[in-house]
Amino acid sequence: MSGDLSEMMQTREAYGQALVEVGRAHDDVVVIDADLYNSTRTVLFRDQFPERFFDIGIAEMDLMSTGAGMASQGLVPYVNSFAMFLTAHCYDQLRIQICYPNLHVILAGSSAGLTQGPDGASHQSLEDVALMRALPNMRVLVPADAIETRAMTLALAHDIDGPAYVRLGRYDTPNVMPADYQYRLGQAFTLRQGKDVTLMACGHMVAVALGAAELLARRQIEATVVNMSTIKPLDDEAVARAMSETPLVVTVEEHSIIGGLGSAVAEVMAEDGCGARLMRMGTRDVFGESGMADELLARHGLTAEAIAERLRREFGR
Amino acid sequence: MTIRDIQALRVLAAELRLHIVRMMGPNKAHHFGGSLSVADMVTALYFAKMRYDPQNPQWPERDRFLMSKGHCVPAQYAALAMLGVIPIEELPTLKVLGTRLQGHPASHLVPGLEGCTGSLGQGLSFSNGMALAGRVKGLDYRVYCVIGDGEMQEGQVWEAAMTASYRCLGNVTALIDRNGLKGMDASCCAKCMDPLDTRWETFGWRAREIDGHDMAQIVEALDWADQSDEVPTVIIANTVKGKGISFIEGQPQYHNGVLTDEQFERAIAELEATLQEVREEQA
Repeated sequence: MSGDLSEMMQTREAYGQALVEVGRAHDDVVVIDADLYNSTRTVLFRDQFPERFFDIGIAEMDLMSTGAGMASQGLVPYVNSFAMFLTAHCYDQLRIQICYPNLHVILAGSSAGLTQGPDGASHQSLEDVALMRALPNMRVLVPADAIETRAMTLALAHDIDGPAYVRLGRYDTPNVMPADYQYRLGQAFTLRQGKDVTLMACGHMVAVALGAAELLARRQIEATVVNMSTIKPLDDEAVARAMSETPLVVTVEEHSIIGGLGSAVAEVMAEDGCGARLMRMGTRDVFGESGMADELLARHGLTAEAIAERLRREFGR
Repeated sequence: MTIRDIQALRVLAAELRLHIVRMMGPNKAHHFGGSLSVADMVTALYFAKMRYDPQNPQWPERDRFLMSKGHCVPAQYAALAMLGVIPIEELPTLKVLGTRLQGHPASHLVPGLEGCTGSLGQGLSFSNGMALAGRVKGLDYRVYCVIGDGEMQEGQVWEAAMTASYRCLGNVTALIDRNGLKGMDASCCAKCMDPLDTRWETFGWRAREIDGHDMAQIVEALDWADQSDEVPTVIIANTVKGKGISFIEGQPQYHNGVLTDEQFERAIAELEATLQEVREEQA
């Protein structure tokens, strides 16, 4: 069912490549960046469509409001920066000028999460999903791999209206989604079926969760793995299904457990009567720090081995 | 609508001020001061300058106007009502639960508003975005953005100023409503903005200082702004906060203040007397 796990790509790279396809298909699409176009990979669009690419410079507030002005006149701007700056440095501009009038602007937050790595806390966005979820009209998307990133990037040009935030990584991630996958907003995707526990993950953590499921299988613990790539609007039915099919639901994200996927799932489970137990795996109310991506994931218990070990103990096997 | 007769524009400005104060009414806090100081510029833009069809507020070729100091949007509501874009009878619904006429601009609710503002400092960037969109789409409209003098303390204004000059947005004109007062204090308090013209010029803009209540000077400065191909223009308009109502003029407490019934009657009487006066001058 899954794609070729040996194929690795960073989702930011898949986004940059897909953006060129979007530019070719839609001449109302513009791309704006804030002096990070190499890192965000929008350089690929710039090279193809220089007349529709604007580097606003090191000025994220100006970036966001300029994008709003463009969208107000019917263009479709893809607005780019590092996830932390894009969501936190210009939150007010995003809130008033884009979300309030429900303008169709796509925000691509690059180098998100712990896997940002060496740059440390200032650059590691562990709160971006929480910030974006709170905004009315905003959609929050966290693609699991290159295949899903491409599908989302294409769909966001015109199939989906209003503002959307796409969270992208700079960490080599295997393809886990089927090659012919079509993205549907708000629809979770089940990658593996088991009766003991449901792992709900997003982004790179989907591949990690699949790895954990493999390890658990050796201990006769059968895990369902669900790619919850749309965090808002959340696939409530997928959560309900998880509660009815397995006694334990585990969320896995390289983001704070406050306000992210774990919170979103917890909200649905609580209102639904908590038909299952919930464990939230992610960062626990702390800032990031410098280190290599894999070291940071290990420190926060976000590797296949660490997740499997924790659940093995939970099941006493 | 293009009225070039200065006296006729003065009459329209007097009517606009009456609409502003009537829609606000007594016994409720409103942004009297800034809405009144910007009234002459708003009149000149809508009635003398802008390429604008009130029958078709979404006309792609229209000139764009954005009130970056969003709390003064009542002046824009008044102009839109006088042009027939929104009904005059709707004006008193300002800030009442359920209204389209929110306390700060909601462009998705009111035809004729280009964007949402209210949090200061963001409008010029948005205006640049509209200008760049015009360039991408091959449309030659102009973009006008009214900024408060206190608002210039927001750093984003200067980010936007640099973008406009770097991108050669000669079709962008900023109008500074320099009424000298912020919410609490004089505009020069906490952060000094002077010398204003030199500041804008060093950011790559053409600058001209005018009397923001002299209709002839406003119209002339707006015509001068047209003459720029690549350099954005700023018009620094010296104004009086609360202009037109003697006991409000220059009083910081009417930035967002309340008129009693008696004060409201006096305010209306003064504005009606002014209207009468300019009408007689016109005749």
